[in-house]
Amino acid sequence: MNGLEPLPSAVREPGASRVQMRWPRILPPLVVFALGVVAWDLIVRIGEIPPYLLPGPLLVLSTLISDWTILSDSLAVTLLTALEGFVAAAIGGIALALLFNRSRWLEYSLLPYAIVLQVTPVIAIAPLMLIYLPQQTAVVVCAWIVAFFPVLANTTLGLNSVDRNLAGLFQLYGASRGQTLRYLKLPAALPYILGGLRIAGGLSLIGAVAAEIAAGAAGAGSGLAYRISESSYRLNIPRMFAALLLLSAAGVVIYMLLALVSHVALRRWHESALRKEN
Amino acid sequence: MLDPDLSIRNNVNAVSLHGVTKVYDNGTVALGPLDLAIRKGEFVSLLGSSGCGKSTALRIIAGLIQPTSGSVDTATRSGHSIGFVFQEPTLMPWCNVRENVRLPLKLAHMAKAESDGRVADALAQVGLAEFADAFPRELSGGMKMRVSLARALVTDPDILLMDEPFAALDEITRFRLNNDLLALWRRLGKTVVFVTHSVFESVYLSQRVVVMTSRPGRISAECRIDAAEPRGDEFRTSMAYAGHCRDVSQALMQASGEEIRL
Repeated sequence: MNGLEPLPSAVREPGASRVQMRWPRILPPLVVFALGVVAWDLIVRIGEIPPYLLPGPLLVLSTLISDWTILSDSLAVTLLTALEGFVAAAIGGIALALLFNRSRWLEYSLLPYAIVLQVTPVIAIAPLMLIYLPQQTAVVVCAWIVAFFPVLANTTLGLNSVDRNLAGLFQLYGASRGQTLRYLKLPAALPYILGGLRIAGGLSLIGAVAAEIAAGAAGAGSGLAYRISESSYRLNIPRMFAALLLLSAAGVVIYMLLALVSHVALRRWHESALRKEN
Repeated sequence: MLDPDLSIRNNVNAVSLHGVTKVYDNGTVALGPLDLAIRKGEFVSLLGSSGCGKSTALRIIAGLIQPTSGSVDTATRSGHSIGFVFQEPTLMPWCNVRENVRLPLKLAHMAKAESDGRVADALAQVGLAEFADAFPRELSGGMKMRVSLARALVTDPDILLMDEPFAALDEITRFRLNNDLLALWRRLGKTVVFVTHSVFESVYLSQRVVVMTSRPGRISAECRIDAAEPRGDEFRTSMAYAGHCRDVSQALMQASGEEIRL
């Protein structure tokens, strides 16, 4: 016996207007970029500003191409450092948040020190790290210090944002701690964790650069930040600009990659990843 | 098909509360003392105004809250837990309908191959077989509630506890879900404890309406609803239904009157 009436069909979002939606997100920033470059070029040309003060965009581009071998090697070094710091921050931040979630005492005991580590400027910590640790390790540790706190804070927030009724449901069905973590807490915290990782990606690059600058002053190192301070000493301003451009581009790519990961992970269910309707 | 009247005649209690009280940490006496016996296969509504402790009582029966004093006995076959339907659908937004319904079985470590059939059955029972792959956000409020009901039924529980499950739905959807719930109850013969603040819903659904006072939540009256089974939309428009509603409304008003005198 099945006396149930037929149901109205589920409402699924229409796939249309996707292309129209996308252009406003891409076109205006591109226009702003083009206008900025043109203005920059005009200012340099009309003001006849010498390249050791402000190189024009074409000179920066040609330097980028001519110095590519040096710059790309340095970029690889900096990116690897940032990546190591980021991975350490992701693992450390999530693991610490999980520990805090299990033990309130641990949270009360350790959280203040995590905050101290966060609010102390990394550029001030870096020289000390360089004394106590091998250079490469010190740079990675600095990247980790800056990047781990947003992961920790966001994961903690996510783990505490679990729907109470869902938690009650898991309790009702006798879920173990591990099951509750795997099937409820981690998925519920995922949007928050991904948000934290997105911030951490950019911060790990900042941490790596700050530490490289501190290390560069000590003489060794070949990261992009070192190229920037080296070019500064030699008044090679076009190369400074080229290196800076690469750093920004690297930061943007990191952000976009993490945003993409976030979108792919959440696209089926989370509000943040859904296209706006109506 | 089980005859609910038959299981009532067995006269075995599925749920019994003895002197149950709940005092919150801030000293508020939320509940009790409460004595209540619900027979196997019976459909009982707890009716009362908002904040009268009826949801607290339901959560105590479910074991989600520990009573401050008193005892709770629930008779279930071993391995058959209690089903609970919350006021909100309480679905995991990151899982599709099938995985949401599978959750209780997964938590009980049932193999996927074994649970597949039971999940499909539960979804068919609530008329959602075609929507197994949909995500909760793609469903209407009524359909989400059906998923919640399917999840409560998938363990084949002996007792189904429902905490104002249809309160947030529009009337048309609520009437339809009322009918579907009655059909399921007649077919499956489960004990249902249904919390509501709607006189009309409680009379339409239940064999017995337990009227509660607030602060603290106590039982103020009980009304037996004897109506010809199976109930349907003709019952909703009948004189008998109107009469029962009047009786229950009066009992509810009396319960609130007692509060005011307090």
